[in-house]
Amino acid sequence: MRKNDFDVIIVGAGPAGLAAGYVLAKEGISVAIIERGIFPGSKNVMGGIFYRSSLDDLIPDFYKEAPIERHIVEQKIWLLSEDSMFSTGIKSEKYNVEPYNCFSIFRAKFDKWFAKKVADASAMIINETVVKDLILDGDRVIGVKTDRPNGDLYCDVVIAADGVNSFLTKSLGLRKKITTNNVALALKEIIELPDKVINDRFGVSGSSEGVTIEITGPYFDKMRAIGFVYTNRNSLSLGLGVVTEDMVKLKINPNDLLEKFKSHPAIKPLINGGETKEYMAHLIPEGGYYSMPKLYSNGFMVVGDAAMLVNSIHREGANLAIESGKFAARTYIEAKKIGDFSQKTLSSYQKKLEDSFVLRDLKTYKNLPKLLEEKQYLISKYPKFIIDAMYEMYNVDKVSKSEKIKLIMNKAKKELGYFNILKDVFSVWRDFR
Amino acid sequence: MHSLVFIKQVPDAAQVRVDYHTGTLIREGVPAIINPYDTHAIEAAVQMKDKFGGIVSVLSMGPPMAEEALRKALSMGADKAYLLCDKVFAGSDTWATSYALWAGAQKVIQENGPVDIFWAGKQAIDGDTAQTGPGLATRLDIPLVTCAIKIIEANPEKGYIIVQRLIEGGSETLQVSMPCMITAEKELNDLRFSPLPDLIKAVKSSVQLLNSTNTTIDPAQCGLKNSPTKVKRVFIPSKRERGEILEPSGKEIADVLFEKIEPVLKQMGRV
Amino acid sequence: MSHNISEYKDVWVFVEHDRGKIEHVSLELLTKGCQLAQDIGCNVCAFAVGDSVEAFSDKLSEYGAEKFYFIENPALREYRTEPYRDSLLHLIEKYKPEIILIGATTLGRDIAGTLATKLDTGLTADTTALDIDFESETKNLLMTRPTFGGNLMAVIYCPDTRPQMSTVRPGVFQAMKNPVNLEKIREEFELLEDKIPKKILEKVESDSDKINLGFYDVIVAGGRGIGKKENIKLLEDLANVLGGTWAVSRKVVQMGWVPYSRQVGQTGQTVHPKIYIAAGISGAIQHLAGMKSSEIIIAINRDPQAPIFDVATYGIVGDAVEILPQLTQIFGKRLKVGGSNEKE
Ligand SMILES: Cc1cc2nc3c(=O)[nH]c(=O)nc-3n(C[C@H](O)[C@H](O)[C@H](O)COP(=O)(O)OP(=O)(O)OC[C@H]3O[C@@H](n4cnc5c(N)ncnc54)[C@H](O)[C@@H]3O)c2cc1C
Ligand SMILES: Cc1cc2nc3c(=O)[nH]c(=O)nc-3n(C[C@H](O)[C@H](O)[C@H](O)COP(=O)(O)OP(=O)(O)OC[C@H]3O[C@@H](n4cnc5c(N)ncnc54)[C@H](O)[C@@H]3O)c2cc1C
Ligand SMILES: Nc1ncnc2c1ncn2[C@@H]1O[C@H](COP(=O)(O)O)[C@@H](O)[C@H]1O
Repeated sequence: MRKNDFDVIIVGAGPAGLAAGYVLAKEGISVAIIERGIFPGSKNVMGGIFYRSSLDDLIPDFYKEAPIERHIVEQKIWLLSEDSMFSTGIKSEKYNVEPYNCFSIFRAKFDKWFAKKVADASAMIINETVVKDLILDGDRVIGVKTDRPNGDLYCDVVIAADGVNSFLTKSLGLRKKITTNNVALALKEIIELPDKVINDRFGVSGSSEGVTIEITGPYFDKMRAIGFVYTNRNSLSLGLGVVTEDMVKLKINPNDLLEKFKSHPAIKPLINGGETKEYMAHLIPEGGYYSMPKLYSNGFMVVGDAAMLVNSIHREGANLAIESGKFAARTYIEAKKIGDFSQKTLSSYQKKLEDSFVLRDLKTYKNLPKLLEEKQYLISKYPKFIIDAMYEMYNVDKVSKSEKIKLIMNKAKKELGYFNILKDVFSVWRDFR
Repeated sequence: MHSLVFIKQVPDAAQVRVDYHTGTLIREGVPAIINPYDTHAIEAAVQMKDKFGGIVSVLSMGPPMAEEALRKALSMGADKAYLLCDKVFAGSDTWATSYALWAGAQKVIQENGPVDIFWAGKQAIDGDTAQTGPGLATRLDIPLVTCAIKIIEANPEKGYIIVQRLIEGGSETLQVSMPCMITAEKELNDLRFSPLPDLIKAVKSSVQLLNSTNTTIDPAQCGLKNSPTKVKRVFIPSKRERGEILEPSGKEIADVLFEKIEPVLKQMGRV
Repeated sequence: MSHNISEYKDVWVFVEHDRGKIEHVSLELLTKGCQLAQDIGCNVCAFAVGDSVEAFSDKLSEYGAEKFYFIENPALREYRTEPYRDSLLHLIEKYKPEIILIGATTLGRDIAGTLATKLDTGLTADTTALDIDFESETKNLLMTRPTFGGNLMAVIYCPDTRPQMSTVRPGVFQAMKNPVNLEKIREEFELLEDKIPKKILEKVESDSDKINLGFYDVIVAGGRGIGKKENIKLLEDLANVLGGTWAVSRKVVQMGWVPYSRQVGQTGQTVHPKIYIAAGISGAIQHLAGMKSSEIIIAINRDPQAPIFDVATYGIVGDAVEILPQLTQIFGKRLKVGGSNEKE
C-alpha cells in the first residue's frame, strides 16, 4: 500500500479550510492545507462582517489579537426608492461591550493571521499551489494532484474547502448544477476616508466602533439585490450582491449598477470625498439549503462555500464556513479512531451540521430563494409602500392624520390588494415556520 | 560549491500606492515579495548546486516577517536560511546594511564552510540603490560582477567563473576568480516552478535567526544612528493630472504639439 | 564613524569614458558641479583614470573643470571594478574632495558603491536634484532621489562623513559650456596585471539588442495600436529626430515584433525621460508602472477613453500610424538637426 503524505489534505485556506486544519492540527493529526493564492486571504473577498462566536470556540478571545477593523454597535436596514430612504435598525450598548457580537474585517489580513495560527498549531500550509484533480482508488478519494512537478499527495481524507466554485465537488459529481439563480454576483469597493470623518458620518464615538447598513428596496428595480455599507477603520466597504440571473435577464452592467447605487442621495454623502482603493467581484452562493451538494463521499468531505453554506439574508458565510470546518475535522478524528473513512462513517458530518444552527438556519430559510424568485415584488413593492406611507405620515400638508391613514390604506388596497397581502404574509410565515 | 545569496523582502512595488492626504506610502495590504532580481540570484545559485553539488545558503536582513521570503527561497531550492533580525539594524542605509550582511555572512561561513560565489540582486525595487552588492564585495574583498545576464562557464576546480554582464549599449564577458560577488539581472535565467516536495521541505525547515548577540556584529556600525546618510524628508511627487487633449487649430497637430513642448526641447538643447 | 570635515574640499566629478569619448552625463555633472562649487565657494574638479585620459583635458576645461586629477596606466584600459577602484581611491584619499558626483550609469553604479564602502562614507543613488543646505554649518549637500519606483521622493544628506557621494541620473542636468583654465594633476599608481582578479574576454556592442532605455531623455514608445512590425520604423524615425530612442509595450514584445529589451513597464524597464511619447498604447497599469514618472507624457490613441490619457500631459486622439510620420516631418524641420543626447 502507498504511504500517506498526510492524514488529511484540505484544499483551500479560507475560513472553512483553516478552521478544519486548526482543529486537526491541535489533535496532532498531520494535515496539509493547499492554497492557490500567494498567501491565505490573498484571493479572498468579503464584505466584511465576521461573527465572533464560531471562531471564539477555537481561539478564545481571538478578537484581542486578530486584525479587526471595528466592532459593530449598530446594524441598520435601509429601504431605498429613487428619491427616499426609510431607515430602521438596532443600536445597542450591549453590542459595545466585550467580547462583542461581530466585527468588520479585511479578509486579506484576517485570513493571513488565522493561517499563522493554524501553521503555529503545526498544520502545513502550502501556498501558490493549485489542486488540479482528486486521486481516486475506485470510488474512494485517496489524494490530490497539484499543478506542481512531483505534485501528487496521498491521504486518508480530502476536505474540499475550495470556495463557491468548488471544482472538487464538481469533479466528484456531488454538486447539483449551479444555476444563475443560485449565485449572486457581489461587487465591492473599498472607499478610503479618514477615521474621524467616518465616526462623524456614522455617529459613533470612537474609531473602534462600527456600523453596518443593509440596503434593499424598489431602487434596485426588478432585481433581487442587497446593497451594503460597512465601516472599517479608515475606509468603507460598499457593495452590492445581485442574483446573477436578474442581472443577465435585465442586461444590467454590474458596474453601472454600482455607480448608480453610489449616486443615491442617501449613499452619496456617506462616501463623499472618499477615494476608491480597491474594486472586486466575487460570487456568493445564495441558493440556500436546496442548492447544497452531497456533503461527503468515501474519503471526502465538503465544507464552507463549497458546500453552499451561506445564509445570505443574515450575511453569514464565514462563520458557517468555520462551523462546518470544525465538524468535518471532528468527523475525521472519530473516523480515524476506527480506521474507517468510508461514506458511512463520514455521514456523521452531515448529521452534526443538521443538529447545529448551521443547517437549522438554512432549513428555516430554505424556501426563501424560491419565494423571492417567484415574488420578487416582496422586496420592491412592499418597501415602496412603506417608504410612501412614511413619507405621507410626516409630510404636513394640512391633510388630517386620520385622512392620511385612510389614503394609505386605500393605496395598499389598490397597489397591493388586501388579499394578496394576506397571501404573502401566509407564504412567508409558512416558509419560516 | 557553496553559494550564499543575499535576498531582501520588499513590498510589491506594482501595488504600492500613495496617500495624497497624508503624503505617505500605503503599504497596508501590499504583499511582500522577494526582490524580483534576487529570485534570479537564487535560481542561479541553485543551478550551480545542481551542476556541481554543494549547498545554497540564503541570508536576509529585515523584520521577522522576512522569514517568509527566506522560506520562499528554500522552496526554490536553497538549503540553509538565515535572518538577521535585531532592533539595532533598523533604519540602516546601504553602508550599514552591507556591514551587517557582511558580519552575518561570516556566521554563515563559520557554519557551512567557505563561500565560492556570493550572489545578490542587481538592485532592490524599493530603494533602487544597487549599492549593497558592490558594498558587500568590497567588504568581503572579492571581485565584483554586477548586472550578470549569463553564466557561461564555471570551473570550481581552477577557481574561476565566466560571466556575461550588461554594460552600456552592449555586454561584456568577464573571467573572474572565485570567490566573487555576482549581482543578477532578470535575464540571468528563467525561474523554475518548484516541485511540491521542495515547497513542503521549505515549510518544514527552520530559518536561523541572527542578531547582535549571536554574531560578532558591532552595534555601533548599524542602524539609523550609525548610517552615514540620513533622510532629511520624504515627499510625494505631485500627482499626475489628466492633461490636455490637443486639437488641430488650423495648424497641423504636429505644430500644435511642437509649440507645447518647445520650452522643454530648448532646455534640453534640442532647439 | 565620522571624518574631520574641514579637511575636505572641492566638488569632484567623475569622468566616465568609453573608447576615448567622455560620457555625456559627466559633462552634465560638470555643469551642475560648477554651480554647487559656486554655492559652497570652492573649485569644481574632474577626475579620471584610464590608459590615456589626459586627452580629455580640453573638453573638460571647456565645460568648467578647474582642475583635472588623473592616473594613466595600461591596466586601466578597460573598465574593471577593482583596479579602477584602487586607483580612484588613491586620488580621493590624497586630495580629499568634499563632494563626488558620478553618473548613475551601469559603470557609475558599479564603481560608486565600492568606493563609498572603502571610504566609509555615505552614497546616495540615482539622484534627480542636488542642492546645498545653506542652513547647515557645513553646507551639506541635499540629494533628492526617487524610491519605490518613483512613488516617493527622499531628500538625503550625509552630515558626518566626507566625501558626500552621489550617483546622478543621466539627462537630469543640462551640460553647458563654460570655458575655464584647467590645471592638470597627474598621479602615478602602480597596478600589476596578474594581481587583477578579472579578465575581459569579450565585449559585444549590441545597441539593437541590449539597451538601457533609462539613459535616454526622449523615448518614443509604441503599443499594439501601431498595427504591424514594420511600423516600428515610425517610432525609430521620430526618436532619431528627437535625439532619443524607441520602446514598446509588452503586447508588442509578445507579438514577437521586437526583443524584450525594448519593453517598458512592470516586467520591463522603468524609465523617467523628459519626454515619453506613447503611441497606440492603452495605458495598462503594468505599462504605467514603468513610465508614469516621465516629465512629459504625450499620448496618441484612437480611443478617447484609453486610460493612457489619464496620465498624459498632452493627448492626441487619432491614428498613430498617420500622426507619427507627421510629427517626424514637422519636428525634423523645426529642430536643430542632430539634436543632442548622443553620447559625447
Ligand atoms: C462580497 C461578499 C460579502 C460577504 N460578506 C460576508 C459577511 O459580511 N459575513 C460573512 O460571514 N460572510 C460573508 N461572505 C461570505 C464569505 O466570504 C464566505 O462564505 C466564506 O469566505 C467561505 O469560506 P470558505 O473557506 O468556504 O471559502 P473561501 O473563503 O472562498 O476560500 C476558498 C479558498 O480555496 C482556494 N482554492 C480554491 N480552489 C482551489 C484549488 N483548486 N487549489 C487550491 N486552492 C484553491 C481559494 O484560493 C480560496 O482561498 C461574503 C462574500 C462576499 C463575496
Ligand atoms: C503580470 C503582468 C505584467 C505585465 N507587464 C507589462 C509590462 O512590463 N509592460 C507592458 O507594456 N505591459 C505589461 N503587461 C501587459 C499589460 O497589462 C497590457 O496588456 C499591455 O500593456 C497592453 O499593451 P498595448 O497598450 O500595446 O495594447 P492594447 O491594450 O491592445 O492597446 C492598444 C491600444 O492602441 C489603440 N489603437 C489601436 N489602433 C490604433 C491606431 N491606429 N492609432 C492609435 N491608437 C490605436 C487602442 O485604442 C488601444 O488603446 C503586463 C501584464 C501582466 C498581467
Ligand atoms: N536587507 C537586505 N537583506 C539581504 N540582502 C539585501 C538587503 N538589502 C539589499 N540586499 C541585497 O542587495 C541587493 C541590492 O539592493 P539595494 O542596494 O538596496 O538596491 C538586493 O537585490 C539584495 O540582493
